[in-house]
Amino acid sequence: MSDEPPITLYRLQACPFCERVVRKLDEYGLDYRSRFVEPMHSDRNVVKRISGKRSVPAIVDENTGLTMSESGNIVEYLEKTYGGEA
Amino acid sequence: MEFDVVELPDADHPEVGDTAPDFTRPLVNEEFWEDRSLSSLTAEGPVLLVAHPMDGAFPATYVWNEIDDRGWADDVDVVGLSISTPYEHASLLDERADGARLFADPGAGVAEQYGIEHDLDGMAGITEHRPAMFLLDGDRTVEYAWVASEWPEFPEYDAVEAAIESL
Repeated sequence: MSDEPPITLYRLQACPFCERVVRKLDEYGLDYRSRFVEPMHSDRNVVKRISGKRSVPAIVDENTGLTMSESGNIVEYLEKTYGGEA
Repeated sequence: MEFDVVELPDADHPEVGDTAPDFTRPLVNEEFWEDRSLSSLTAEGPVLLVAHPMDGAFPATYVWNEIDDRGWADDVDVVGLSISTPYEHASLLDERADGARLFADPGAGVAEQYGIEHDLDGMAGITEHRPAMFLLDGDRTVEYAWVASEWPEFPEYDAVEAAIESL
């Protein structure tokens, strides 16, 4: 019942960089959960705690034990890890 | 001075011994919100589900102040429920509801599931939750239930507290 997806995406509503990561997750059919934070950087302690930075998007991937931020890095990581031969 | 209290229609809500309906909504804590099901919370222990008018209305403020004063969040998983958005819930948590988390149910769909809808007079198109408290065990069985029958009406705090203590 409480099967938690291995990937957690920290995101901000309407943030285009976050949507870019979502598109990639969807493209690869990856199961993920979304955790939304507030627009003010000062209200993002949870993101700082997990990634060292207050920026979103940030993902935690328990499949690989990896945490990272910056959409470009994340997309590249997803392509390498889940992109297969395509 | 007398003042008029509005009688609310009978609520067809879950009673003691019933299984409370499960639902999934964004659950707001002090740091973020994510979709969570009620059953995923009860799976971790008993839950006090506190339905209340929209954040900012005085009954919502009074209820959370009282819960804070009584320190219920130390004894049971206290979870709020209103039509307010996650952003409003985050603001409420900055001020009160210490240790609690809040479900956002802007469409009042959970209010309908629980039979505790309240169509607000003078606020066109807005239905919210009437004040209610449900103490649920790990199987979502209702151990205690209270639903407002008048508007405004406040919970029977001592009775809720006794129910929490007898968990």
